[in-house]
Order: sequence, then structure tokens, then C-alpha cells
Amino acid sequence: MKLRNREELIALRERCVRASENEKRKILVCTGNGCIANGALEVVSKLEEAMNELGVSWSIDLMDDAHEVGLKKSGCHGPCELSVLVRIEPEGWLYVKVKPEDCREIVEETLVHGRHIERLAHDDEAKFYKKQNLFVLEHCGHIDANSIEEYFSVGGYRALEKALFEMGPDAIVKEVLESNLRGRGGGGFKTGRKWEQVKRQKAARKFIVCNGDEGDPGAFMDCSIMSSDPHRMLEGMIIAGVACGAEEGYIYVRAEYPLAASRLYKAIEQAEQYGLLGDDILGSGFSFHLRINRGAGAFVCGEGSALTASIEGKRGMPRVKPPRTVEHGLFNLPTVLNNVETFANVPIVIEKGAAYYRSIGTESSPGTKAYSLTGNVRNTGLIEVPMGATLREIIFDIGGGMRGDSTFKAVQIGGPSGGCLTAEHLDLPLDFDSLGKVGAMIGSGGMVVLDEKTCMVEIARFFMNFTQKESCGKCIPCREGTRRMLDILERIVAGKGEEGDIEALLDLADLIGNTALCGLGKTAASPVVSTIKYFRDEYEAHIRDKRCPAGSCKSMKRISIDTALCKGCSKCARVCPVGAIHGEIKEPFAIDASACVKCGACVDACPFGAVKEG
Amino acid sequence: MDTEKRAFMIVDSIPVEIEGEKNILEVIRKAGIKLPTFCYHSELSIYGACRMCVVENQWGGIDAACSAQPKDGMEIRTNTERLRRYRKMILELLLANHCRDCTTCGNSTNCKLQELALRFNIEGLRFPNAAEHPDRDDSSPCIARDQNKCILCGDCVRMCNEIQNVGAIDFAYRGFDTKVTTSFEVPIAESPCVGCGQCAAVCPTGAIVVKNDLERVWRAIDDKEAKVTTQIAPAVRVALGEEFGLSGGENAMGKIVAALRRIGFDEVYDTSTGADLTVLEESNELLRRLSKDSAPEMPLFTSCCPAWVNFCEKFHPELLPHVSTCRSPMEMFAAVIKEQGRSSRRKQVHVAIMPCTAKKFEAAREEFKKDGEPYVDYVLTTREVIRMIRESGIVFSELEPEAVDSPFGAMTGSGVIFGVTGGVTEAVLRRLSSDKSRTALMSTKHKGVRGTDGIKIATVAYGDRELKIAVVSGLANASALIERIRNGEHFDFVEVMACPGGCVSGAGQPFAAGAEVRKRGTGLYAVDQMCSYKRSEENPLMMSMYSGILKGRVHELLHVSYGAKEESHA
Repeated sequence: MKLRNREELIALRERCVRASENEKRKILVCTGNGCIANGALEVVSKLEEAMNELGVSWSIDLMDDAHEVGLKKSGCHGPCELSVLVRIEPEGWLYVKVKPEDCREIVEETLVHGRHIERLAHDDEAKFYKKQNLFVLEHCGHIDANSIEEYFSVGGYRALEKALFEMGPDAIVKEVLESNLRGRGGGGFKTGRKWEQVKRQKAARKFIVCNGDEGDPGAFMDCSIMSSDPHRMLEGMIIAGVACGAEEGYIYVRAEYPLAASRLYKAIEQAEQYGLLGDDILGSGFSFHLRINRGAGAFVCGEGSALTASIEGKRGMPRVKPPRTVEHGLFNLPTVLNNVETFANVPIVIEKGAAYYRSIGTESSPGTKAYSLTGNVRNTGLIEVPMGATLREIIFDIGGGMRGDSTFKAVQIGGPSGGCLTAEHLDLPLDFDSLGKVGAMIGSGGMVVLDEKTCMVEIARFFMNFTQKESCGKCIPCREGTRRMLDILERIVAGKGEEGDIEALLDLADLIGNTALCGLGKTAASPVVSTIKYFRDEYEAHIRDKRCPAGSCKSMKRISIDTALCKGCSKCARVCPVGAIHGEIKEPFAIDASACVKCGACVDACPFGAVKEG
Repeated sequence: MDTEKRAFMIVDSIPVEIEGEKNILEVIRKAGIKLPTFCYHSELSIYGACRMCVVENQWGGIDAACSAQPKDGMEIRTNTERLRRYRKMILELLLANHCRDCTTCGNSTNCKLQELALRFNIEGLRFPNAAEHPDRDDSSPCIARDQNKCILCGDCVRMCNEIQNVGAIDFAYRGFDTKVTTSFEVPIAESPCVGCGQCAAVCPTGAIVVKNDLERVWRAIDDKEAKVTTQIAPAVRVALGEEFGLSGGENAMGKIVAALRRIGFDEVYDTSTGADLTVLEESNELLRRLSKDSAPEMPLFTSCCPAWVNFCEKFHPELLPHVSTCRSPMEMFAAVIKEQGRSSRRKQVHVAIMPCTAKKFEAAREEFKKDGEPYVDYVLTTREVIRMIRESGIVFSELEPEAVDSPFGAMTGSGVIFGVTGGVTEAVLRRLSSDKSRTALMSTKHKGVRGTDGIKIATVAYGDRELKIAVVSGLANASALIERIRNGEHFDFVEVMACPGGCVSGAGQPFAAGAEVRKRGTGLYAVDQMCSYKRSEENPLMMSMYSGILKGRVHELLHVSYGAKEESHA
């Protein structure tokens, strides 16, 4: 089983490629988190049942000789909202919202007769994928996420092979430096520079650590990569080990990602069986051992020094720098710390070269970026675009525009460390540097699209609540300052804002931004600063007029009945859960404001549009 | 010196030479600027949490001085409008979440927060007070904690973990709910805490304070039926005066005795006398063990320090057979004083004045009770006695020095140096030396047992053999030495003091930094110089004690057997 040399790997890969070509058809069921939640595993078993009943020759094992249809439990296909997703290859048909009861039809129509099922197709599919540029996510949804053979069949571990036998440490570091690959975790630090620094260290033990603690609300890129194409990331980490002379690695996976962790455990086991991890990899003399460390649910452990402290068994709290992680990282030894997406980029850089890599994206930020697109757009999900793509392309082309008849108001990008972008930024090319200039950041790539009904003060309060709860509590500005900012924001959305609140928020933000200990602390106030910058009038309306312009803050909502329009039908009174509406039939009804809980049920119930919110 | 290699940084337009300082805070302080900090202690690791030491660099960036490295040509400003604004706001944030009952706080006027609030002219807060009700833990006889006064600077946590290797406290919870607490939030008395009180010694506010027994002692003094005797530990005399304008290390023993008499103590003694008893007993024990030549019982560990005994019981119960059976000087002396006083029908109350918080725990131990009555009824720390003196209205500086009482009025230099790390060892070496010449005596101080190093190793000739001796202060150093012993290194005698530097830096002493504490040690050696008797066996009292009150009762009154305790947190 263990591959003893390069030739055996090449031979195995060829067998896998052939096995894949021999499959007449592949049916890929997305078994990402979203699809599993929506019943993907049941869909898989129903498909198996139907194939057995209808006598289809199938197998889940690529290397199984006698089968025509390959059933794959793939990773994420992207448009998670449309789950369960089923892809048929080689036709490239995507069936969406597949239910267990659709399975027999899929097998009979598509697998047996080769016919497309229109009703399961996805309207915007072409649009969703067309403007994307799938590099890091290229295999996501296209191979079985549990199978190393499938990864071989798409050229897996070719970059490692090249790194080990054709390049060596100097050439690898040079290639990565020249590619200008920048860390996808948020900071955008040059990966090659980090590797070079660790390579230079003379320590006997060094570490490669992968940050899979994707804690931003609304971000799930890393989760998808880990659970859809785990070997790609492993390959990137092993190459980093070769480059830096590190023989040990850790993957830090957040507690909330059990699926990603289980697929990684499996992937490591498979790689060890084939001798791609362990001692003397492919007879090259290089050894690399990989362990998984699962977090315990702390956002702050996404910060480098808190993460290494957590692996060491200590409380996850950032420490002062210097010393830097590249010199004194994990267990006080030289450490490369990159995030999941960064490592997943490495095989492309190595295999296709720096020049090719730099041809994608912008000059200062080459390559692509994966985003999780959520909020009020038609198509939500996991996407990947070249650096420099504009918001307009992402929201209106890939995202299919705003949902329903809502209008675009802003995008919250970069999660709790990021900021908001407005209509004026729609044509701004998104990369590390351009976003910094307008007070936002790519962060890890969460992108929440907001419409005119979203209150920006409430958005700021939401993120501040998150940051405050997840602050490690170490430095005073972050621990105490975020709490005070949250207090003020809570008052404002509760209609109790006071003159001077905006100034106090900005003062605190200035303090936190300049004096907090770690990167997460320093950016903790960014959502507030950026929403004040672009939507100060909304703050002022809350504070001065006790009015929420977006009509979203419940405390300021007033529901009233327009007596001119009310026909006295009593529908509103009947749906009111608290009995706040009274009146005589055929006479205008009235709402008791002191009893009203502003749930809006009456607004929906009124057939005449007489009940109004505002 | 090669001038080419000298490096300078510019602090507020003034060039300051960089001379190996690890951070720019040290350079700035060297330049005579008192940069404020809560969490910086040169002996603890750099924590960087309070952000009070922020400075502005030449590009307008803000750095925390404690964690920025000095570089040649670096230019920084320490007092700009922005920095003052940030510091004020940090103070405001702390005060907004802090109990502000300063007038009734045990640490009032010793509080860094109070001091800096005044210094930075904080006159009002724009945030409502979020401090919750007092959250006190009074379970320990040594220290009391109030979460509500904690500013989470982490000094106590690092002291307990890094210097003492006890790890009784650490941070728990996140964000605004973060607090310093024990594992599973058990009361501190049920935690592995050994009572050394070093957490209280570094606490910048009143969040951890030494337990206060003043009221109970006042009641005893006011009780006309009771005869209140007291003993003063060696380290107290060189520290107490600091609070009354005496210079650090100056011996204030005579004035302390005078003050205590005025306060109303009936008899005042010197614990150094008890220490002489300890020297004789411990030397005998060492000789006995050496003669047995039973290697498994070596080394002999000292037992004077109650926090060390506690540490041993909780973390290294297997070492207890190695710990000397000698009671501490305080307990030996208290037993002698009380037994002597039994002839009188007056009720006896004995108060020990100690630099130490763990002594409060020791005094309450079952081993040191007779018929349920403790030999030491109360332990007062140096700082409590300072308060007593102040409360009594005594003008300390004007007191005429007085001598301690008979019949226990004699002590030796050996007894008095117990208050500094290495003192016990030196006293035992003086006792063991067969050469009683002055030269031999003078040479013991050069054996490598003096000084403030955390671990000192010395080899001393005894008869035809060499004794290997270790002197350790700070419990992390004790752990390190125990590890060396486990790894096969042989020692004959090991002195352990829990507090770094020995009793002079006990947690019951006035707050002081390293240099001040070193002066106290020097002060004790100066007292030794002035003593007529240098060796414990020369103390004329010893003969009368052994032939009198101690006759046939040496084991009963001077020794103890510490049994292994189950770890309460297990």
C-alpha cells in the first residue's frame, strides 16, 4: 500500500485517472454541511436503492473494477441555499433542491435514459458559475471528498511530487515568494516571506500549523475547503514542510466543524497509508507528521498566538509580539502559520508556477479569493473570484442581484473585523489593498449583502455583541472598551440614544483601534467606525428622532391603523397574539400601543393595507 | 568602549543610551520618565495587557513600551495629547467597572488605580458603573479576594504560575465576564494555594489583600484578664521602618519593641531566639541523618517556611519524610513561651508578628495546638502592625528604642539572618563548623549561600566528607531543584523559602521593588555583624532552656510530623 517512490505514485495516479475515465457517468451528491442538514445522506441512500432496483451497475469506490456509474459523496458545490445538490457528469447537469422522493426519477430518467430533468434544474446556474474562477475550489463538488483516489484522479499530489523531486526547499520558497501569494486569513502577509523566515531558523524542530478556526459569523470558505477537498490543503502543508525543513504539523479545526475534522482525520489516515505522510515520504528521505487539534469554540483562537497557545494546552489568549511566530511560535519553536485557503493555494503555485499564478488577480494581490456570499441576494453560497473582481460582479452577476424587489444598500465584508461597503464602492476592485483604503478588509471572506430594510446601527450592534462576547478579556481597551461600545449601541437601537453617543463611540473606537493588544482587538471597532462613516444619518435618526430609517429596530417601530382604509373586518384583532387590537365590526379598529409587541402579524393579515408600520 | 557600537534612542527629544534593555519601557524609565503601568513587573513575564505604557513612534504609530524592543535611532514620544487621552480613557474604563469605595478599602493609598486616577486627573466618568456587588472569597486564613476590585492585570496569575509554580489561580471566561479564579471556582482555601501571599504582594489594587486579624488582637489586648505576649520575626525589623521614613534595611527593632509595649503587649520577644533553637535542632537532625548514612533520607529539607511545607504537602507529598521535623522558629518559640507562662494563672494570648501570610495558616494547624488551643493565637503581618501603630497615634520616628523582655532576651546573629534567603543554611554551617575561629566564621559568608539568586549551590567540607547544599527561594525554583534531585543529583541539605529572596520579601511586608528588598537583606546581615553572639550554640539562653523548660520535652515542643495530605482539589 505504501508508495515507495515517485514512480509508484505516478503509476497509482494513472490507474486512478483511468478508473475515473472508465466511469460512464458520475453522480455527485453534495455532502457539505448545508446539504447534509437538508437530507443529503438520505438522498444518497435512496439513489443507491433506486440504482439497485433498476439494475444500474454502480459503485462508490472509484477503484472498483466492474461499475458504470460512480456515486460520489462530494463536498460543497457552492449554491448552498439550493440544497440538496446533485451533479451529473459528464453532462455537467446540476439538480437542485433534490428530495429523497426525486431519486428514483433521477436514476431512471438521467442515469438509465440519459435525459435531463428540467424541473430539478437551476435557473441561475450558468450565471452563478460563469463569472467565477474556480482554482482553490476547483475540485469542490467534483470529486468524492472522502477518497484520496479521487484526488489522485484529478492530478492530486503532483505538486508535492514536483516539490520533492524537482525543486527542493530553496526553489519552493523562491516560487512562493515570486508568486506573491498573500495569506488568505485576513492579514494578507506574504506567505513566501513567512516561509523564508522559518526556513532560515536553525532549530531542530519546526512546525507547520494550519489555521482552520474560521470563526467569523457568516464565513464558511475554509470549512468547505476542509470538508470538500481535504487533500489539497494537506498537500499544501506538506510542501510547506519540505520548504521550511519542518517535519511536524498541526491543523487547528474549530469545534463547530465536526464534518471538516472527520474528513481531515480520514484524509490524514489515507495519506499515511500511501506514505504521503509519515517517515521517508516517497523514499525522498523527508518525513512529515500531521496532527489535528480541535478548538473549543473560541473566536480569539483564530489569532495566531492564541491558536498556538491553545494547541499547547494553555488558555487561548494572544501574547505580545515580538517574539514573532516565525521565530518562537508553537512550543516556542519556529512555526509557519497559514490559514486553510492559503495552503490550498500552494499546490497551484508549485504545479503551475509563479508566473501563471500572477496572471490571475491583481498585481499586488494575485490569485483568487473565496467568499461566502450571504444575505439578501438571489444566489447565496460559496464562490471564488479573481482578486480585483468588483462587488457589482459578485452581487449582480454571480449573486443574481438583490432578492425580490429589494434594493442594494451595503455589503458587510470581513466579518467582525471588517466594515461595510456601499453603492459607491460597487465598482471597486476587491483586493487586500483597495479594501484597506476604504476602511474595510477582506478578512477571511465573509460577505453579507444588505438591503434597504437593514438597519446599519443594528448591524454594528450585532458585530459588537459578537466581538465583546468573544474578546479574550486580556487587554483593557478590548475587554472594557467593546463593552462600553456595546452598551451605547444597545441604547441607541432601544431608542434611548443620547447626544454625544456617536462621539463616545468614535473615541472608544480610536482607543481600541490604536491600543488593543492583538489584531482582532485592533479591528474590533471597525464595523462601528465604518457604519458611522457611511450611515451617520441613520445613527442620528435613531438618537435625535428616535426613528429607525430602515424600519427594522423594533423598539422604534410604530404600528398604526389608517382609519380611512380600515373596513373594520377584525382580521388584525384575531391574529394579534397579545390582544392589543380592539374595535367594533365595520368601524375602524385601533391598536393599544402599550400592549403591542410589534410583531407585525396584523400588517400581514390586513387585506386592505390599512395596518402600517413605520 | 567602542563608541561606534553604542546605540541610542530618542525619548521625548532626549537621546538615551540603550544598554541591553529588553524593552523600551526600561529605557524610558532610565531616562527619568515614570511611565504608568499596571501589568509590568520586571520579574514576571511581559503580559502587555494594561496598555497604559503606550508611546507614540516617529511615524505616529502607537506601541506598548513594555513589549517593544529598543532599536538604535528609534524616536518615541511618551506624553502627547493622544497618549494622555488614551491613558485617561483606559483609566476611565477601569474605574467604570470597579468598586470605588476607596475609603473603606484595605488597600487604600497603596492602590495603583487610585494613584493613577489622581495622577491623570480623572474627575468624572462618562460611563455608568457596571461593578457588581462585592464578590469576596474569605475562605483562606492568609489572603482575601474581591473580584470586584480586580482589574485583570494578571500579575497574581503570573506570580502564582511563573514564580511560585503553584497555579492556584488563572483566568476564566471571556470578554467582560473574564475573571481570575481557581479551577472550577472552588474557594481559594480548597485550591492548591499554599498561602505565600505573593499574589497580594503584586496586586496593584485591593483585589487580593492579606487577611486582617487586627480586631481580634485588639480585643485580646483590651482583655484585662489576658497576658498578651508577642514575638517579632527577624525580617520585620528591617522593613517596618520604611513606612515611617526610615531608609530601607535600617534596623527598627528597638522602636518596634517600644511601640508594641505602648500599644499594650505585656511581653515582647524576638523570634531570632526561636531561630537559635531551630538551628540547634536542625543541625542535630542533619548530623543524625548523615551518620545513619541512609541515602534515601537525603537531602534534608528545611521546614521553617510554612508555604514551602504547604507546597510540599500538596505537590510533593513523597518528599515529606525528607522535610525536617523541626517546627518553625515561630512555633518552637511560641511553645516555649506558653509552656513557661503556664505557671501563672493568667490567660495567655500569644501574637506573632511576621513578614508572612502563610504563618497565619501555620498558626491554625492542628499540629501546633495543645488541648485544642493554638500556641500562636494570632499572626499579624508587618503591615498590620504598621496600621496598629498608626491607629494608636504613636509617632514612630520619635520613639526611643527599647530592649525585648527577659527571660528570653538573648539572641544571636545566626537567628537574625533567618529572615533572608541562605540565612538558615549559614546558621547551620556556623553550628556544624568544628573550627570556631573568627576567620572560619567570616568565611562562611563566602560559601555561596548569600545573595538573591533563586538557586544557590554550595559544597562545604564536613569532617572527611563534602556536603552538597542548595539554597532555594521562590517555589518555581524549588520545583526545578526537586526535578534535579529526581534526576539523580545528590544534595545533603536544601533550604527552601517560598518568597523570592526569603522572608524579607514576604507578602506581609510593605510593598517594595527588588532593590528595596535587597537592602532589607543587607540590613539583616548588618544586625548580625553587631551581635555579640554569632553562633546559636553561644546563646546563653539555650543552656537554661534545655536544662529547664525543654528537659525531656524537646520532641514534644520543638518537633512535628507533617503527614501527607490528600489534595483538596483532587
